[in-house]
Amino acid sequence: MISSFERHGAMEKKKPVVLVNERYCKGCHICVEFCPTSVFEMRGFTAVVKNPEACIACMQCELRCPDFAVTVSQ
Amino acid sequence: MGFDYGKYIRPGKLPHIWCPGCGHGIVMKGLIRAIDSVGFSKDMTSIVSGIGCASRLPGYVDFCTLHTTHGRGVAFATGIKMAKPEMNVICVGGDGDGVAIGGNHFIHACRRNIDITYLIMNNNIYGMTGGQFSPTTPTGAKASTTPYGNPDPPFDIAKLAIGAGATFVARGTAFHAAQIDKLLAEAMRHKGFSVVEILDSCPTTYGRRNKYKSVIEMMNHLKDVAVPLSAAEKMTAEQLRGKVITGVLYKENKPEYASEYRKLVERVQAG
Amino acid sequence: MSKKVAFMQGNEACAHGAIYAGCRFFAGYPITPSTEVAEVLSAELPKVGGSFIQMEDEIGAMAAVIGASLTGVKALTATSGPGFSLKQENIGYACITEVPCVIINVMRGGPSTGMPTGPSQSDVMQAKWGTHGDHPAICLVPASVQELFTETVRAFNLSEKFRTPVTVMPDEIVGHMRERIVFPEPGELEVVNRPAPTVPPADYRPYDTSFGDVPPLAAFGSGYRFHVTGLNKAEDGFPTTRAGIVQAEEERQVRKIEKATDEIVTWEEYLLDDADIAIVAFGSTSRSARFAVNEARKHGIRAGLFRIITYWPFPEKQIADLASRVKAIITPEMNLGMTLHEVRRCVKGMTPVSGIFRVDGEPIGPAQILAGIREVM
Ligand SMILES: Cc1ncc(C[n+]2csc(CCOP(=O)(O)OP(=O)(O)O)c2C)c(N)n1
Ligand code: SF4
Ligand code: SF4
Ligand code: SF4
Ligand SMILES: [Mg+2]
Repeated sequence: MISSFERHGAMEKKKPVVLVNERYCKGCHICVEFCPTSVFEMRGFTAVVKNPEACIACMQCELRCPDFAVTVSQ
Repeated sequence: MGFDYGKYIRPGKLPHIWCPGCGHGIVMKGLIRAIDSVGFSKDMTSIVSGIGCASRLPGYVDFCTLHTTHGRGVAFATGIKMAKPEMNVICVGGDGDGVAIGGNHFIHACRRNIDITYLIMNNNIYGMTGGQFSPTTPTGAKASTTPYGNPDPPFDIAKLAIGAGATFVARGTAFHAAQIDKLLAEAMRHKGFSVVEILDSCPTTYGRRNKYKSVIEMMNHLKDVAVPLSAAEKMTAEQLRGKVITGVLYKENKPEYASEYRKLVERVQAG
Repeated sequence: MSKKVAFMQGNEACAHGAIYAGCRFFAGYPITPSTEVAEVLSAELPKVGGSFIQMEDEIGAMAAVIGASLTGVKALTATSGPGFSLKQENIGYACITEVPCVIINVMRGGPSTGMPTGPSQSDVMQAKWGTHGDHPAICLVPASVQELFTETVRAFNLSEKFRTPVTVMPDEIVGHMRERIVFPEPGELEVVNRPAPTVPPADYRPYDTSFGDVPPLAAFGSGYRFHVTGLNKAEDGFPTTRAGIVQAEEERQVRKIEKATDEIVTWEEYLLDDADIAIVAFGSTSRSARFAVNEARKHGIRAGLFRIITYWPFPEKQIADLASRVKAIITPEMNLGMTLHEVRRCVKGMTPVSGIFRVDGEPIGPAQILAGIREVM
């Protein structure tokens, strides 16, 4: 059995995967603005993932994107 | 780890019609999470709306959905609930839909206390028709039909609902996205007419004409004006000026209309 | 077993006809001279497990009726002039979404508040053209208490069969008069229920024309999930602006009724076989006309009566045929020439057509019709 501490440690090793669905993104800037670690930037009219390593899996982007365009998975 | 909206969104219906940064999409996500958390079955849940940008919501979600006429969503929903009380009935729409043209249906549904959850996406404007003022547009604000500033005083939807007899009234904002599902879930669990007003943003027709330069400014405005009820209770009237109180504002248990009517039917049938 | 016989008012008979037809939901708003329909149903519906709701206005009542019908329940509303006007937007909604429902409009004088207690026949054009856009219309105009019962049953049957709103329009006199009525036994009159879908839920499309011009309608809460909108829609029920689809759907909605005209249209002929003069009338006016025809015949005038029972679709063929057989047609009606206009359209100049109109809240009596007959002789 692994301890909760170990499990936490194991989880931390799994990197969150942030994806922007370009077909859905309307370029509102919301994810760019509200990501606490500046993972996104705008490229033309769509958001793109610029710093995937910085993601702390806070889920703000997924929660706030009005267009179902951002997903964060592990 | 994220929420799987795909379980509830109808295949092939995205992207939706709403403008970049329109708060309606954020609210729709909250509604989906709320339905998921209360466990309403898709087959036994009906989502009804009137007309407007907000009222386009039902087309995207996989339930028994009804997009009706302007302002009449609550009245159609009343027919569904009365004819099939075992269905979960949710009505959604905008501020214009709900408290201008639909105001009469709204207050009477409150009065009856019929078990319908009514989600009002209040963006303070008639978005769909290009930004005419609505009954919730602040006095002085610019709209396409108030070029010199709005001469009308606005409604407070929550007060209107409480005054008319709704037994659950809550308010949230599109900025406080994580709270939307909590408020809606509690509203859905409540037996009676529940009203959830979400202060929303229409960057295209409201923000543009008023002082909000961007989608983000509108979102930040929602963040700034909202004061949770618990905090508001400790604030003075002066401190609360220009603020909007959020959270569950009113809750009361009272006989619910559709089930009371069923009791009447049983009484009559028993002779 | 002898049949149940009663002496009752037209509006009461209408309410009982609705129950006989399987109506289990009523939503309305009180208005003279239709209110008795609501009053009787507020008492009768709970007895059969149905629901009655008095709404905040006629708009809401029409909305609630459509909502109820979408759950698979037969639903009714009853109103009069001003209320009929208020219902129009949602009647259009029922037309385009193809949701069965029945509207009783007991005709009183108008426009506007007009003459609340006076009889009228001036809503017949509104029954066809009242809501905006192209749409089908079925409208029945009974002339007796018994017929108000049976036509209400037929209205439900047509509405269920063709997935469309159906209007029953007695004038105030028919709605309020008291007559003997013989209640049909259960099973004696046909009762039609809308066909249920035969495909599994995953394959269901609410406007699937592979089932013909009237696709089956599933009920909300029956395992079938679908979308209903008042926007122009495709076969799957979702909004579309694709020109070809919109055109085809609009045409189908009108066609489904048009091509069933022979099946829907009903009328009664009285002493027309050898007639020189035909009276074309409906509702209470047709009762006076029958009397006038008898009187005319006593004076050697060969008059006859063509009584319209189905006003929409209008009995075009029958009126055209009538025109080829008689020397003159007279249309007495409690309006300023609505039926005259329709009849002339069908007659196409073959025969002279004249009208007798009355809009002062008084019925058109036999003497007035008889005078009209004499005039064209
Ligand atoms: C009977 C009727 N009157 C007017 C309209 C035009 N109309 C469509 S949507 C709308 C306003 C919608 O505003 P709101 O309900 O606030 O929704 P929003 O678009 O802001 O989300 C109006 C006036 C209509 N469709 N039907
Ligand atoms: S929040 Fe969504 S729609 Fe807006 S820019 Fe980011 S991904 Fe695009
Ligand atoms: S989950 Fe949080 S940290 Fe990660 S990208 Fe989204 S907003 Fe940024
Ligand atoms: S007009 Fe306003 S309310 Fe309508 S979709 Fe655009 S931003 Fe949203
Ligand atoms: Mg609005």
